[in-house]
Amino acid sequence: MSAARRCCPPRALAGLFVWHLRSTGILKIPCQFVHLYRVANSRLITFQYFNSPKRMYVTQCNRDLSQRAKPKSDSIVSPFHELQQLDQDKKVVQKISPVSPVHQSGSETASRSELREMKSAAEAEDSVVPVGTECREDRQWKEMKLQLDDLPGILARLSKIKLTALVVSTTSAGFAMAPVPFELTCFLLASLGTGLASCAANSINQFFEVPFDSNMNRTKNRPLVRGQISPLLAVCFAASCGIPGIALLTLGVNPLTGALGAFNIFLYTCCYTPLKRMSITNTWVGAVVGAIPPMMGWTAATGSLDAGALLLGGILYSWQFPHFNALSWSLREDYSRGGYCMMSVTHPGLCRRVALRHCLALIGLSAVAPVLDITTWTFPIISLPINLYISYLGFRFYRDADRSSSRKLFFCSLWHLPMLLLVMFTCKKSVLGKEDKGHLPGGSHETATEIRLP
Amino acid sequence: PPAHSRSDWIGPPDQHSNLRPVIFYVPPEESALERRLREARQEAQASNQRFWARHNRAFRQEKEEFIYSRLKAKGLEMRDESGQKATLNAEEMADFYKDFLSKNLKKHLQYNRDWYKHNFRITFLMGQVALVRALRWLRWRKKSVEQ
Repeated sequence: MSAARRCCPPRALAGLFVWHLRSTGILKIPCQFVHLYRVANSRLITFQYFNSPKRMYVTQCNRDLSQRAKPKSDSIVSPFHELQQLDQDKKVVQKISPVSPVHQSGSETASRSELREMKSAAEAEDSVVPVGTECREDRQWKEMKLQLDDLPGILARLSKIKLTALVVSTTSAGFAMAPVPFELTCFLLASLGTGLASCAANSINQFFEVPFDSNMNRTKNRPLVRGQISPLLAVCFAASCGIPGIALLTLGVNPLTGALGAFNIFLYTCCYTPLKRMSITNTWVGAVVGAIPPMMGWTAATGSLDAGALLLGGILYSWQFPHFNALSWSLREDYSRGGYCMMSVTHPGLCRRVALRHCLALIGLSAVAPVLDITTWTFPIISLPINLYISYLGFRFYRDADRSSSRKLFFCSLWHLPMLLLVMFTCKKSVLGKEDKGHLPGGSHETATEIRLP
Repeated sequence: PPAHSRSDWIGPPDQHSNLRPVIFYVPPEESALERRLREARQEAQASNQRFWARHNRAFRQEKEEFIYSRLKAKGLEMRDESGQKATLNAEEMADFYKDFLSKNLKKHLQYNRDWYKHNFRITFLMGQVALVRALRWLRWRKKSVEQ
């Protein structure tokens, strides 16, 4: 998953993972522009894009946990998922999280869109050879010897570390929403285990997809494609991350979380990755891959898969559809040429219907949360505006089926999920509040208010 | 790549297949196992190159033909007054993408199978070679320690 560094609304955006790498594309700035993107978490990430006639959309979402005001948990700085990603799904599910860097100024967006129009005109031309400084460096022959000082960077890109971080943040969201007192060691072990499992799954995904990645613009700079690392090393790295990760989850947290983690790795690498090239059902499998990490967080905290875990998983599952379908709408050419079976190419009507359907499902799921005692009744009410907004954009995408509506929906999804999870957390029914269940609803409402006020 | 180099070299992406060609170093004391590995990699490289070069060429060609036929149906020329190449918008191209994907699906399925087989075989051979080398190195270490 590579994600395109996209201009997001000038807010810090919490990252979300996209279950697949592919959903992220990188928006290439037309030639002659070098853009600096500031990541919302006050980490300055400089991306230099050189000329490239091809367009790539890469979205990266950075989840800024420090913004979430979680009183008890440490804030985890999350870089992209590429870690997304791609796609990795989901930790344990490699999720591809789109990461959107915050643009520094709105004018950049305007110029970029103009340039994009120019680029789409240029795309009709037969431009095979990429042009650009970066490509000029690439034009040299490089020795295929492993450089040890480059190794950390290479492994970071192999494991889509940013996507992994986003996946870990979803897991911690699941952990935080569980109705049990917060335990720091358990939380850290679960996060670490999930992170390792995600790295493993992402690496295996890249190992499988070398020739396809080299043909798609957003993924052609991956380490295996460029020969910076051998496939053997990639597999060894994946094993050395995955086995300790799953062991940590099974032994250090609980067997259920470990089993979910292993299942997610399997689902991502052995089901989702091959399915991408065989049938459109890969999107649904990928959505499950994305839904499992928060469930893992929940089971890490409580030790059982109860209704709350399923609800959280369900919310993430539903979110994946508007997110990915909107993104894939712009990548149809690359998917078609690369041989990927995606709804946006083969069943465009279905693509838009599903996106809309799941936007509406989010409203329904938010309403179920208080019924299951996960949040108070304030949650569906407060989240209604953002759920309605994304549903409205989903409807526009359904009706108009053009680039601008797909982009609007995609960008909305980038901030919608972090905000929804944040609201959910602030409306969380306090553990103490549960004991007061016998009291009037006003009592628990007060408790909820207390949590929300700071 | 320089003549004295003892490692493989990887080059820029090929303009048709977008794959990076590798020039393999043949050590004078290459063992049978290492030769099998090198040949497997060369074979995979050649097969990938053939597939993608042909595939990408076909894509470009069919895209041109599609654009031409659609423009003709609309009564437009390939280039407008200013000499710019006329294009179709994304929605019109969507039909082409859908068609192209479904036409080539079977080809892709076959290629996927071949690619996975190559990939696993190469990685397995790499593992074997690495193991043999590690054992050899350990034996050498033991010998030099004993001496």
